[in-house]
Amino acid sequence: MTMNWFKYASPSSFYPLAGRIGAACAVAAAALTVAGLYLAFVVAPTDATQGESYRIIFIHVPTAWMAMFIYLVMAGWSALALGFNTRLSAMMAQALAPTGALMALLALWTGAFWGRPAWGTYWAWDARMTSTLILLFLYLGVIALRHAIADARRADRACAVLALVGAINVPIIYFSVRWWNTLHQGSTVSLTSAPKMAATMLAGMLVMTLAAWCYAIAIALVRVRAIILEREGGSAWTRELMAAEATA
Amino acid sequence: MIPDAAAPPFPAPAASGAGAGFAWALRRDLRIGVRTKGELGVQVLFYVLVATLFPLATAPERTLLAALGPGVLWVAALLASLLSLPRLFASDFADGTLEQLALSPYPLAALISGKITAHWVTTGLPVALLAPLLGLQYALDDPARYTLAAALLLGTPVLSLLGAVGAALTLGLRGGGGSLLALLVLPLYVPVLIFGAGAVEAVRGGLSAAPHLSLLAACLLVAAVGAPFGAAAAVRIALE
Repeated sequence: MTMNWFKYASPSSFYPLAGRIGAACAVAAAALTVAGLYLAFVVAPTDATQGESYRIIFIHVPTAWMAMFIYLVMAGWSALALGFNTRLSAMMAQALAPTGALMALLALWTGAFWGRPAWGTYWAWDARMTSTLILLFLYLGVIALRHAIADARRADRACAVLALVGAINVPIIYFSVRWWNTLHQGSTVSLTSAPKMAATMLAGMLVMTLAAWCYAIAIALVRVRAIILEREGGSAWTRELMAAEATA
Repeated sequence: MIPDAAAPPFPAPAASGAGAGFAWALRRDLRIGVRTKGELGVQVLFYVLVATLFPLATAPERTLLAALGPGVLWVAALLASLLSLPRLFASDFADGTLEQLALSPYPLAALISGKITAHWVTTGLPVALLAPLLGLQYALDDPARYTLAAALLLGTPVLSLLGAVGAALTLGLRGGGGSLLALLVLPLYVPVLIFGAGAVEAVRGGLSAAPHLSLLAACLLVAAVGAPFGAAAAVRIALE
């Protein structure tokens, strides 16, 4: 059996598939969020040292992971877009950028609210916080470049180059910030030597992480469908689709 | 391929290849730099001005200034580099020279490497050479000032190399893309800033600057190998 690997590289064949996967992921995200929040707020015990305030970890850690991971996925799609010159890969990268920026912002925001009771400060120049802030700037740079270029195909390629340059820089930035921090002062509270977690806490965090994954996939697919319609608005298949939806 | 109206036609080199293209672009941009030295002077002045403002904004205490100095001089160098980046491609893009360069038989990345080197010689090098002098304003002692100069000598080429990618990506965009360029480029400058200012801090703390300078040199090597290709790709996208 031969398989056409590029079948779903065409926006017209990917559009319905994206709709089905997106809907499934949205349902999964909702179910996992309910389950995860139940574990987080009802089942998981109160922390011995941090009290109830630690519970923000169930939002904070998944968003921080997603912020980093989505940048890698975006860079991967960008590499495909430059390498194969496929339109859909660039559209996927475009659809992921706002979600990644949102995740980075949420990680910083929840981190500040967690830091206030735990460390006594909203912001410290901790290595992870600083590199997440710079990651947010990298996302905003990609989004701003996209908006500044009127021609969509040029924007695709320019953003792909920027995302790849950023992806090479992300580890360098991370380690530079980490060494800078350790050179200046020891961190007052170390995140890495956290006390051992109760099993239910870990379970809640993992379920919430899965929920964040499903949310990110669902929202990116919804966005990519909107982008496809926007870009392919004049083509025959979108007009047929619109006509079918109007009569249905 | 006439650089500008005042300059005579610049002869294309007889030999072909990456080295010849690099040398040709370097000489051409240096010549343009010499002929527009007023503009370059203003950029160096900007660096001096920014460095002069900080002591006015804080108390002129010697210990405070010595603590602030390395960071302030590095941030000023970053801003001076950012301010000069549009010069790298904008006028060549506007008069069509860049298109001719892309069509020439030389590898575009080699030509762009030459342009970046010329950009560094005309903007980064003066900043690095001025830094020991400005270090006096910040009450830095001799080892700290010479380390600052060494770090800037290694770090400012990285700024030109990374900045070239950003400058090429923002070519011909609405509103010139000045603040957009800052958003694209400044986050990428962070490691250079940290290692560069860290080298001076280490010397002030009685440690060796060698690790920081080695890391800066590593950044320079990576950027020198990769950035011209990124900038060449971005130039081709802008010319489409």
